[in-house]
Amino acid sequence: MRKFLKSNFLFIFGPFIFLWSLRYLIPNYTIASKEPHWLYIPPKSCLGGCGTIEGLIPFVDWTNNLIQFLRRYEIFGLFTFRDFTRALANYVDVLLEFTEALLHKGFVGLGTGPLPWIIILTLAIILGLYLKGWRLAMLGGGCFLYLILFSKRGIWELSMKTLAAISVSAPLAALIGLMLGILAAKRKWFHDFLWPLLNILQSLPHFSYLILVVIFFGIGTKAGVIATIIFAFPPMARLTILGIKNISSEIKEAGVMAGCNKWQMLFKVEIPSARSPIMLGINQVIMQCLAMVVIAAFIGQPGLGHDLLVRLQGLRLGEAFEIGVAVVLIAITLDRYSQALAVKEPVRREGSIFQKYPFAISTLTAIVICTILVNIFPFFNEFPKDMTISASVYLDNAIKSFTRSLFVPLGIFRDWMLIYFLMPLKATFQSLPWTGVMLLVGAIGWKLGRWKICVTVMLFVFFIASSGYWVRAMITVYMVFASLLICSMIGIPLGIWASKKENRSKLVLNICDVFQTFPSFIYLLPAIMLFQISDVSAIFAIVIYSSIPMIRYTIFGLRSVPQHIIEAAITSGCTQRQLLWKVRMPLAFPEIILGANQTLMFSLFMVMIAGFIGTVDLSQEIFRALSFSDGGKGLIIGLCVAFIGLTADRLLVEWSKQMKLKLGFKN
Amino acid sequence: MKNEIKISCKNIWKLYGENPQRFLKTKNNNPSTDDLKNNNYIPAVRDASIDVLTGEILVIMGLSGSGKSTLLRCMSKLIEPTNGQVFFEGNDLLKTSEKELIDIRRHKMGMVFQHFALLPHRNVLQNVAFPLEVQGQDISKREERAKEVIKLVGLEGREKYYPRELSGGQQQRVGLARSLAVEPDVWFLDEPFSALDPLIRKEMQNEFLRLQSMLKKTIVFITHDFDEAIRLADRIAIMYEGLIVQVGTAEELITKPATDYVAEFTKDIPRSKLLQASSIMNIKKIDNPEGTVKHNEKIEKIASKILKSEKEFTVLDEKDQAIGTISKKEIIKALFSEN
Repeated sequence: MRKFLKSNFLFIFGPFIFLWSLRYLIPNYTIASKEPHWLYIPPKSCLGGCGTIEGLIPFVDWTNNLIQFLRRYEIFGLFTFRDFTRALANYVDVLLEFTEALLHKGFVGLGTGPLPWIIILTLAIILGLYLKGWRLAMLGGGCFLYLILFSKRGIWELSMKTLAAISVSAPLAALIGLMLGILAAKRKWFHDFLWPLLNILQSLPHFSYLILVVIFFGIGTKAGVIATIIFAFPPMARLTILGIKNISSEIKEAGVMAGCNKWQMLFKVEIPSARSPIMLGINQVIMQCLAMVVIAAFIGQPGLGHDLLVRLQGLRLGEAFEIGVAVVLIAITLDRYSQALAVKEPVRREGSIFQKYPFAISTLTAIVICTILVNIFPFFNEFPKDMTISASVYLDNAIKSFTRSLFVPLGIFRDWMLIYFLMPLKATFQSLPWTGVMLLVGAIGWKLGRWKICVTVMLFVFFIASSGYWVRAMITVYMVFASLLICSMIGIPLGIWASKKENRSKLVLNICDVFQTFPSFIYLLPAIMLFQISDVSAIFAIVIYSSIPMIRYTIFGLRSVPQHIIEAAITSGCTQRQLLWKVRMPLAFPEIILGANQTLMFSLFMVMIAGFIGTVDLSQEIFRALSFSDGGKGLIIGLCVAFIGLTADRLLVEWSKQMKLKLGFKN
Repeated sequence: MKNEIKISCKNIWKLYGENPQRFLKTKNNNPSTDDLKNNNYIPAVRDASIDVLTGEILVIMGLSGSGKSTLLRCMSKLIEPTNGQVFFEGNDLLKTSEKELIDIRRHKMGMVFQHFALLPHRNVLQNVAFPLEVQGQDISKREERAKEVIKLVGLEGREKYYPRELSGGQQQRVGLARSLAVEPDVWFLDEPFSALDPLIRKEMQNEFLRLQSMLKKTIVFITHDFDEAIRLADRIAIMYEGLIVQVGTAEELITKPATDYVAEFTKDIPRSKLLQASSIMNIKKIDNPEGTVKHNEKIEKIASKILKSEKEFTVLDEKDQAIGTISKKEIIKALFSEN
């Protein structure tokens, strides 16, 4: 008993249990009452509709005042900050006009049309061959063939619009990320400033700064491009920093000893040596750009994303599915191409000019042949409409009959989930006093890292509580927690199963790879098909999306248990089961915790998108802020979401790190 | 020529810790081991003074963490010493400007690294030409020179290969070629052969000796392998915990070790590789010897023929004058006695 009183358990949960039990002494603890006690719900919080809520500290008002200031105040009496940003947007527009003309509008001044499909297709195939080989070329070719063939409802044009936007946003984001990354790698003060900013930017939901983009940059394709750039540059900056910092000291010394000055060092030694991480950064940038395709449609960027959104809103699932496949194909193709670029090594070619530059020459030849073909046969210029196909009608019917036949069992499952799992969980989370949550989080932080972590996480929680959106935030936490539970129940067993054999884990990891490339909105499709509009469909979408890291990390953790330890266990006479539970699982546990952390981040991200199908948590408020163009509210709620994520991230990563230290693993 | 000083290090200190410069000053530039320990300073190099003579091969050796690499990097100012002076051809390196330093490195220094430090995105030719490219030489001139050096290290025909396509030994040949491309006066080699297999290592040592016999550079060579040091060095400096314990020829280190550490270090070295005929011979002269040996031949080479014979051999000096005799007895005594 004495041992129990001194235990960690009591230290961490004691104050929390005390506060929770207070509910039986203090009246008005529930959110159902008009004025709940301040110990339970922070004062001035929104309880139902959050129209104009002040919050304990009026962050939203402050932010809105700042935004107003930036809109109105004229720097040097000449121009406002907004004039400046709008001018920037116009530069982006110039670039956009070029790529749009190239891909789908045609150059009006020159009297030429956009690039014919045959050229784009051929170039994609040659590029695939160049980067890796015929398999990659087939993927690229297959992707563009799909876009051409299934273009009955204009998928080709939409794809070209999307690609035009990406081919402006991706290079710009990569360039900005690269430059910031280099500066941060060189100057410590800038690194200290940039790194936490990147953390926040990467955990901020997209919708929250979409509003700011609208205010400062307007709407349409250019605004979409700018929102995409803001979203896509952080991983590039991060990977550039890591890449430059991880160059071996010998290589840098070799540069110094050769007599490089600062610029020679940067361009001839450091950037080329950090080539792989930088290229990986470009891959990340492209994937982030694709993830934004649908989200940018909210601020009026035309393209695949916009049409997907419209079809989803109209519940025209067959057509949505067809567009969804196009988005996924483009995503997978661009991902594989840029990954191949990242690992590509320079190849030695000697001999005649044809042997030296085979790809340059075949590209030129292909362009010449295609141009001739285009000029002779109009077929190659514009794929005839009557030859395109569409499967949307059949798909619609298939989906309808499928859901109809499963209507009863799925309905039962859904209601069962709601009544026996989700609703009780939601009620529990909503009855948690904010003071208690803050103490709990602080106590765990104290256990893990004393003052530093304790104070940081408590400040995060306090921010959420004082912003006025505590009740909504707890619903978000509940959704994330429920998804995390389900993801662990699916992901850990699947990971254990897959880790048993080499080929199994390869297969599962490959499937994970493919699923991870899907832009997040795609996951809403099956969710709506199966469960209509409810918490269950939101959680279903979240779970498919965010089980991926759980599976991946479990496999990685189990497979990276050192071979000699496993051999030692087997020679000690462990059965397979004992080997798993007594040796491999404990050693893989820190890695699984990291997986849980990633899963949490993924679900937080997906919860925000699931707001689109009507959950009542923070995401709903963000969507509301978006339609009222309330920049301050959007940003503050976004920060609430980011802080939920960062709190969990701090604690879980630290926990995993300390466990690894205890087990004697380096790093 | 031989005794001209090329690089001179005077009282070099390199400490890691908080504001080491101020700490050194408060301790009159001479803190004791306890001072350092109590104040949480990690000494990499302590009070090291050494001269590198023109045209010699100076080998600095010691175990890992003994400060030998740090000392080497202080000589080229890759690392700024906490205190002390480094003179390169009489100029204080620590006072030269960044621009002059770049100039010195571009024309007078070459360095070879333990893990080769080749730039992975450049082929052999471009790697070797890199220091020349940095100087701003035009492409035809620098590639011509690079081809010369590549030929010198025996990599002809591999100009277009990328580092990942070469074996470790070949990669280090590229490293050697790159460091020689600018025709440096001083050649720094930081454990250049430690990452190679023993057989390749031997081959590369021979290659190195061949190059040096042609080029006659001033060389500072770092190693932790005493065998290697003996094979290559004119003089050896032994470092221990940041201190230079002894400097001398290999024979001096073995016959007159300055400290127990040096004695311990050199204990297992086969004497046959080091001692030469003149240092173990008998000074009496005889009339009808079995044969003759040169005064500077190592025991290793002559032992077998002397041991096979019951008679004595005459030792000859440079001018082929007899200076003493040597027999089975001397050889056995030299090889198996404790000092």
